[in-house]
Amino acid sequence: MTDVNDTQLDALLSAADDGVECDGLSVTRTDGGYRFETPEETHTGLSQPALRELAAQNPWFVSNWYHWNRTDRPDTERAYLRWLEGADERTVPERYEWLADGGIVASWGELRIDIAPGADGERVYTVRNGADGEVAPEELDVRTDPADARGLLKRDDRGRYRPLKTAPTLPTGWAFVDLDGPALAETVEYVYPATIANWYLERRGDLDVNHWRETMERQSGIYGVIKTWDRGEGHEHVDWVAEACCDDSQCLKRREWQYDDETELDVDGGDGAFPCREPCSLVVTAARKWTKLEGERSRTYEFELTPSEKEQIEEIIGTVADGDVEDVREADIYDGANRYRARFLRAKRFDDEDRLCGVPTDEDGV
Amino acid sequence: MQALVIVAHGSHLNPDASTPTYDHADTIREAGVFDEVKTGFWKEEPSFREVLRTVESEEVYVVPLFISEGYFTEEVIPRELRLDEWDLDEWDSDGTSATHTTLEAADVEKTVHYCGPVGTHDAMSDVIVRRAESVTGDPDVGEGFALAVVGHGTERNENSAKAVRLHADRIEGMDRFEEVKALFMDEDPEIDDVADFFETTDVVVVPLFVSDGYHTQEDIPEDMGLTDDYRTGWETPSDVDGHRIWYAGAVGTEALTADVLIERAADAGANVGDAIEEIRRKTRSAGADAEAGAGD
Ligand code: SF4
Repeated sequence: MTDVNDTQLDALLSAADDGVECDGLSVTRTDGGYRFETPEETHTGLSQPALRELAAQNPWFVSNWYHWNRTDRPDTERAYLRWLEGADERTVPERYEWLADGGIVASWGELRIDIAPGADGERVYTVRNGADGEVAPEELDVRTDPADARGLLKRDDRGRYRPLKTAPTLPTGWAFVDLDGPALAETVEYVYPATIANWYLERRGDLDVNHWRETMERQSGIYGVIKTWDRGEGHEHVDWVAEACCDDSQCLKRREWQYDDETELDVDGGDGAFPCREPCSLVVTAARKWTKLEGERSRTYEFELTPSEKEQIEEIIGTVADGDVEDVREADIYDGANRYRARFLRAKRFDDEDRLCGVPTDEDGV
Repeated sequence: MQALVIVAHGSHLNPDASTPTYDHADTIREAGVFDEVKTGFWKEEPSFREVLRTVESEEVYVVPLFISEGYFTEEVIPRELRLDEWDLDEWDSDGTSATHTTLEAADVEKTVHYCGPVGTHDAMSDVIVRRAESVTGDPDVGEGFALAVVGHGTERNENSAKAVRLHADRIEGMDRFEEVKALFMDEDPEIDDVADFFETTDVVVVPLFVSDGYHTQEDIPEDMGLTDDYRTGWETPSDVDGHRIWYAGAVGTEALTADVLIERAADAGANVGDAIEEIRRKTRSAGADAEAGAGD
């Protein structure tokens, strides 16, 4: 059972003169005394002691009001924390019952955020990788300092550096516990930087999306070349970029940027909770490489392959593109991307200079 | 409220590139003089484009953790932060003398005090000296020692060589080391011939770089002849042509660099109380290890 403390009651009484409105609780002062209203009950003509008494009997509503309206916090953080517990959809009793009964579970990208009741209506947050949802926090590497997230989450479970923080490769095995609202927001910020700020802007209809064209026009130095890739002949190349990099399997942000403000890309932007407002540095860097590669003209080559070999090449590309190379079992010679299968193909079809079927790459025979 | 935002390059490939930035941010956060201390990156997240929207404070001091004035400080950072009124003349710099300018960012309602890079601040000379103390394990190092400050040459950025010379001259003026020289990777005097430039047997070599990476951990050690193959590491000190070379690794990893970040913000008007003194004192013991030369 949630208690309501004297600080909260005092705050409510002094706020009552100006009127209190929060999640179904309404307290106002009229000529005939105070009026106290919740979805379940309405009382009018109350004296100050009577109002205090009534408030004390409604700890959920009062502590909820205090928690959201009397704690000094940025609008962004307040909106985010309320959204996590579904404050706009669920009534105060629903949320408090839920909090008391095992807590509320929310998610943000790969994060699982558990909200538990603290003292006097405070919330206590725990953050883990959703994949560790069933593991007790005690069995994980338990942290309380949000800043630890930077070092802890730099590499994936295979030890590889994660240059894109919203890639769905968040490592497992850790938990941030005993966080209050600001510490939770800070932790999320380290895991997925700027996602709360952009989510909030989007929610208010103020997200400043910069599309592909304007982003590439802005680039300079070694990236200045990318704008030459847009030749006014459609945006198929940008569809390919988005399919390669921004698909939900590669990045949890929901891509909101398009080719330009009149032309949508043909690929899906994804279902992520938080938006992507412009091509990121990884995409810009990759686009520079593709701009150069795509400057080449295609040519016709002739290779002698068996039908199975052609399919094997397709299988290898598919496996690499899906990031499944490590999952191909050592002796699974039924899988075309198996190492022995690939080595056999190379032994048979490559010449001494590693050229497929001995076919030169360039016309001059190199 | 006032915030410090450290902007740095970061890397898609090297997981350690951001480590000094985070470390300095933590040191400054502990000093408690800024309501917020944030980091933003060119290659990592939050990006330069989005870091300001993660800040609550109205007064924001942006300090580039870059070594010299040039393409990043003059073009990329102001553009990406949307400092639309940015005008290079505001800095009125001779290539190493930019201090700060005050601007608005177009996407947030904040006052942005955009500062010159850490690498050209006078206090960076002290960090170079501290780095020499760290690598030799001697807080009084100087007598019987020469010091080389190393940078890129002018090829890529004229100002980068200027910054190297600036500090070499300043440290020479301290009268602490037997000899002080500026050496370069791609122009004379070149680090390849490091031994030729000094009479003194013991030479401390401090690269004026923000973080350790390809240049400081592969190129420079091999060019100087500390090792044939950077992967096998090198001794500190290493014998090269009759000299003992104490190779310090990137100066920006030295804890005292946090002090330069704060001094930049203070020069631009930030209220930093006694944080400068405190950080100078605190980082002294932290900098007393000599492991930076292990090369691994
Ligand atoms: S541009 Fe694509 S890959 Fe980069 S953050 Fe946005 S959605 Fe993710």
